[in-house]
Amino acid sequence: MTTTTTRQLCTFMLDDLYLGLEVKRVQEVLRWQEMTFVPLAADVIRGLINLRGQIVTAIDLRRRFGLPDLPPDRRSMNVVVRADDGPVSLLVDDIGDVMMVEDRWFERPPETVRGLTRELIRGTYKLKHRLLLELDIARVIDLSIRQEARP
Amino acid sequence: MQTDEVLREFLTESRENLDLLDRDLLALEKGHVSKEGIAGIFRTIHTIKGTSGFFDFKRLTALTHAGESLLAQLREGRLAVSPEIASALLTLVDKVREIVATIDRSGHEPTDDYRDLIDRLDALRTGPTPVRAAPAIASPTPLTLTPLAPRMEVPSPFADGTIRVDVGLLDRLMNLVGELVLARNQILQYTLDRKDTAFQSTTQRLNLITTELQEGVMKTRMQPISTIWNKYPRVVRDLALATEKQVDLELRGQETELDKSIIEAIRDPLSHIVRNAIDHGLERPAARTLSGKPARGMIVMRAFHEGGQVNIEIADDGAGIDPERIRSKAIERGLVNRETAARLSEKEILEFLFQPGFSTAATVTDLSGRGVGMDVVRTNVERIAGTVDLHTRLGKGTTIRIKIPLTLAIIPTLLVSCGGHRFAIPQANLLEVVREEKHREPVEMRGPDGASGILTRRACRTCDPRPIVEYIHDVPVYRLRGALLPLVFLHQQLGVDPRPGPEDEENLYIVVLQADDRSFGLVVDSIRDTEEIVVKPLGKLLRGIPIYAGATILGDGKVALILDIPGLARESNVLSASRERAIAERNEKAIENANPPQTLLLVGVGERRMAIPLSAVARLEEIAPGAVELAAGREVVQYRKTILPLIRLDEMFPGRHPVAPRDGGLLQVVVWSGEGRVAGLVVDRIVDIVESAIDIQDHRPLPGLLGTTVIQSRVTDLMDVPEVIRLAAPWLPLAAGRV
Repeated sequence: MTTTTTRQLCTFMLDDLYLGLEVKRVQEVLRWQEMTFVPLAADVIRGLINLRGQIVTAIDLRRRFGLPDLPPDRRSMNVVVRADDGPVSLLVDDIGDVMMVEDRWFERPPETVRGLTRELIRGTYKLKHRLLLELDIARVIDLSIRQEARP
Repeated sequence: MQTDEVLREFLTESRENLDLLDRDLLALEKGHVSKEGIAGIFRTIHTIKGTSGFFDFKRLTALTHAGESLLAQLREGRLAVSPEIASALLTLVDKVREIVATIDRSGHEPTDDYRDLIDRLDALRTGPTPVRAAPAIASPTPLTLTPLAPRMEVPSPFADGTIRVDVGLLDRLMNLVGELVLARNQILQYTLDRKDTAFQSTTQRLNLITTELQEGVMKTRMQPISTIWNKYPRVVRDLALATEKQVDLELRGQETELDKSIIEAIRDPLSHIVRNAIDHGLERPAARTLSGKPARGMIVMRAFHEGGQVNIEIADDGAGIDPERIRSKAIERGLVNRETAARLSEKEILEFLFQPGFSTAATVTDLSGRGVGMDVVRTNVERIAGTVDLHTRLGKGTTIRIKIPLTLAIIPTLLVSCGGHRFAIPQANLLEVVREEKHREPVEMRGPDGASGILTRRACRTCDPRPIVEYIHDVPVYRLRGALLPLVFLHQQLGVDPRPGPEDEENLYIVVLQADDRSFGLVVDSIRDTEEIVVKPLGKLLRGIPIYAGATILGDGKVALILDIPGLARESNVLSASRERAIAERNEKAIENANPPQTLLLVGVGERRMAIPLSAVARLEEIAPGAVELAAGREVVQYRKTILPLIRLDEMFPGRHPVAPRDGGLLQVVVWSGEGRVAGLVVDRIVDIVESAIDIQDHRPLPGLLGTTVIQSRVTDLMDVPEVIRLAAPWLPLAAGRV
């Protein structure tokens, strides 16, 4: 009998993308927070938030993936992740459940996933009804990894 | 493990004691013999010998034993100190240091048995030198070291009054205090909205306690700069010998205190600068005499606090730096082409010295000039938010000046608005704040590069038709007391639209800042408050933006960015030499409204700093609250045969934060006498008396104030005392009494 390894992933929604991150890497999840805008910062950086006295940079994941902004009547949620340098907050549309996923469902990004999205994910988990994309945090935060301009 | 702890103690203490010995031995070498000095040296060597025996460090024991025996003879007067003996003892100290360092690194003694030195010490001890008069002091050299201090007790961890604390623990305490300051700021914010007196008085207590705690913790980390400077007399002596030069060292301001982390950070840079000065700066005695200088070169190291910063100066009277040599070297290295090089000012040329690997030393010596140069010094200093400056005069000498903010973590700032966002400006860079009123009919002005200047026409007091912001070679400038100040528009630098509030639209706000010893004006939408903030570093994602020094959390819980003033000056190019030249060409140095310096009394009222012209101040008094009486419902005090009415300034100028409760301490009263009236102004504390030339702008931000300016890096309100008295005590009759 083959043993399967399972992991727990926090999931969240971004447009019609279903994304996930290992639970261990997620510090906490918050609703919309007041942000201080940082002029001159890259577009994907929405601002700074005050997290119990700690100043945390917020990255807008929609902008990071090259997706259009949310309509103004909707507020993002904050997923605070543990990066090398300290906590970073990712702005997402919605928070999903914690999913148990099995290794055998994992695949490197399939051909159907292209462009910048492909660069920012580790791979995909084939769930029963949909595809769960696991984020590569280090690459998400490395802003030098960008969509190359189309020729 | 127990033994490990003890060993560590031993190593640390030995190092400290050996450093103290250097000073005493150098004095000995110069002929300043004293009984206490010798006894002290003996004690230290004796202690080290004893403990080394306990650890079975045989070589160390043998070496210190030889030294101790020699010192015993000296101590009992059976032998006289000679230069050879002093030199041997200095070598002894060096070797002991070596052994201690090796033990620290590897846990074992070095393999050398130091036979030569032991023999030398023994020979000196048994040598034929009879007791003779101490050698006369050769030449009347000024005492260049600090006077031989009364022998201090060798500190042990259990000495009364001091205790050793792990630096990591102090760091943690500092962080906690920082968080406490933020929390206090937020609570104070809430008390402004609530009128609950019980809450307010508790908050006042919290406020006081936090401030004192903050000061106390910061003090624990402060060490006098003598901690690193103590080594220099020895270093200078050795270097001088090695380079065959004669060098005198003068240390001033040794008691100046710095945060421990700063001390660690500047240890190496300072060392490098001193080595440079001796190696390259100072000439050999023959060369010096030829150019009419005294044969002995001079290095002066000075430390002092000024404007919220620690200043450290290292000055030598050596050959100075030749800008032409640097110019040609820079061209040679391909750092700049010939045409551009020819146009550079001296200051810009000197900047090349701070380039990595740049060394104009003809010979790369062992001591310095290997390209581990001024660039490393500057990097290290800038890492702790400091600046490095170099001034030189060919043939006369070079001075290097380092400025470092006193505390890294908590700084006073001025909050400003721009584009609807708030920014904090460190008061250390702040010189002045200027508000100009725009005319009712705004006239848009555009500079040749399309940048829009802000509106024109000064208020018609002087019927001066000149626009407020002028353009010179497309550089926006503002005329400040006759001198032209280059301007930077913050909204332009940030790429946002200006968004002044309704009450600020009529005004032009210029914050006069200083970076690198030069000033410029920053145009903002409005000035808000002053606030003491905790500096928090920005994460990796934002660290690269040069105009931000960090971020902080304000009293209302929101995040605000802290501006990096030198970074802003560099980014906006406002202080480039070509701009300076353009301005200098048109600069009228004749100050039209010559304002003679005034002597001002600085006082503290709650959180405010206020200034009162000293000329009208009769006396400063301390009065017991019990002496205050009521006369017709007004507070007065019997004072020198008259009745002095009291005016509580904290009630006239309420601060943002509630003031300390009057708990029975003495009242600080400024007795003011003018216009035939006498009154006692009650303040919270007397701060200082300064001379300052101020341009009192007659725009009266609040009743009772003439204006606002910056003195000693703090925003200060200038009091209009006659107006204050008129407002607070209109009943005061004229000529009420004379004091």
